[in-house]
Amino acid sequence: MSEPIRTVDVAVIGGGPAGLAAAASAAREGADVLLIDRNPQLGGILNQCIHDGFGLHAFGEVLTGPEFADRYVRSAREAGVRLQTHTLVTRLTPERDLICSRIGHRETVRTRATVLAMGCRERTRGMIRIPGTRPAGVYTAGTAQWLTNIGNIRIGRRVVILGSGDIGLIMARRLKWEGAEVVAVIEKLPYPSGLPRNINQCLLDYDIPLYLSHSVTRIHGGNRVERVTVARFDESGCVVAGSEFDLSCDTLLLSVGLIPENELSRQAGVVLDQRTRGAEVADTYMTNIPGVFSCGNVLHIHDLADWAAEEGDRAGAEAARYATVAAPGEIKPSVAIRPGNGVRYVVPQRANVADQRVLLSFRVTAPSGATTIRAVAGEHIVGELRLRKAHPATMEQLEIQLRDEVHDVEVTCV
Amino acid sequence: MNERTMTCILCPNGCELRVTWAEEPSPATVSVDGNLCPKGLTYAIDELTHPMRTLTTSVRVRDGIQRLASVKTTTAIPRDALPAVRSALRSIELRAPVAIGDVVLADAAGTGVDVVVTRAVSKRTNEAMT
Repeated sequence: MSEPIRTVDVAVIGGGPAGLAAAASAAREGADVLLIDRNPQLGGILNQCIHDGFGLHAFGEVLTGPEFADRYVRSAREAGVRLQTHTLVTRLTPERDLICSRIGHRETVRTRATVLAMGCRERTRGMIRIPGTRPAGVYTAGTAQWLTNIGNIRIGRRVVILGSGDIGLIMARRLKWEGAEVVAVIEKLPYPSGLPRNINQCLLDYDIPLYLSHSVTRIHGGNRVERVTVARFDESGCVVAGSEFDLSCDTLLLSVGLIPENELSRQAGVVLDQRTRGAEVADTYMTNIPGVFSCGNVLHIHDLADWAAEEGDRAGAEAARYATVAAPGEIKPSVAIRPGNGVRYVVPQRANVADQRVLLSFRVTAPSGATTIRAVAGEHIVGELRLRKAHPATMEQLEIQLRDEVHDVEVTCV
Repeated sequence: MNERTMTCILCPNGCELRVTWAEEPSPATVSVDGNLCPKGLTYAIDELTHPMRTLTTSVRVRDGIQRLASVKTTTAIPRDALPAVRSALRSIELRAPVAIGDVVLADAAGTGVDVVVTRAVSKRTNEAMT
């Protein structure tokens, strides 16, 4: 049976902040753009992020998640992007064909360029291997957020939160407002993972205790969570003997990290970076597959949606240029960009020396006070950034100036 | 002199403020160190005298494609007023369609601040709820 095939200049997979911004930007560059999202509504995870703090960088004002999403949906629509919801891309071929599925319909979309903007998923109980029984009442923080803010479902009455990521902190306050008791937030690292403002307005305001250097070592309960065992961890990551105590609760939320969702990319043969778990990209955000670009949380986990959208904006413009410029030659990026001492990862991982200025996004490995980040190519310093304080929870950006000589770039904390 | 450190919550920068003040905190006596912008001073004074917070929550919607519409106070309100506003919102049920900016509750709990919709909810037709 032959399937209908249509052709577009640029297809964007995923209608969150990065995908919407990429689609709008590609359309403004003159490309014929199709954005595909599996959900009934556009905006991605922003729709359940009803708290404020979005938009300061992108719009100079403080917006809630849904308002921030609405701005991008409008600008994509105004730019002429075709927005297709309820549609799941089940496969991306190395030739950039998208196999799309929606109820009662299957079609192939042939693309000159494809932008991957599928976002990320939360780490689950299975991924962090908490021992114990398997009762109901264990949720990832984002699932709890969906159930509370979209589903109007009460998830529990006595809640322990493992992990101090921002979603967990926001949910601590949210559940408190919904009448639940939030017993504690438990963080295995000696410092919080979320933004300091969320520690202040979500935990301190409501006297919710934060246990640093602690983790949940066992879940107890039959049909429903009854309690969790918490223990202190030393610097080498071992349980401190005798430090265990139990907290009674009916619900455990996990806010223990996000993983880029790269199923489609992997199937298509996109090479992933072990550090980011996102694609390895050139400074054009193009992956190893010609014409396939990546941006937003599917490329690397961002701290703010504003930065994910801004990255989408740049990637979308590059994708449009690739799709509309006649016979794009395969550009071989000529230098590698690597993280060095004190730096966890750097994106992009490659750059063409002909592109003189390159914007790097990176994270440091450990918190510290004032520090200098330096990008070095051979003998030359090609970029430097002074930070008042460095924290792994914050994504930092540094612009480097490439020289004509071909030297790999290393980014380090000095 | 009194001294306190606090994290400014007005934006994601989350500046670590070192705040010093004399007897009674007021614009004349409070000084702030560590802020990236002038809002840091305003925040510190408010925090010492009457902490202000923006409320973001949701209210029920009848006949909509969603069960809830997210809402916010248009500006920050006294933190002490949050419970009264939340409780006033609990008794409200909107009717779809609602649009971003629709006023849900005017002068919420006497704060002089309105609560408005932050997410549009269109009217449900025959399709199932999502």
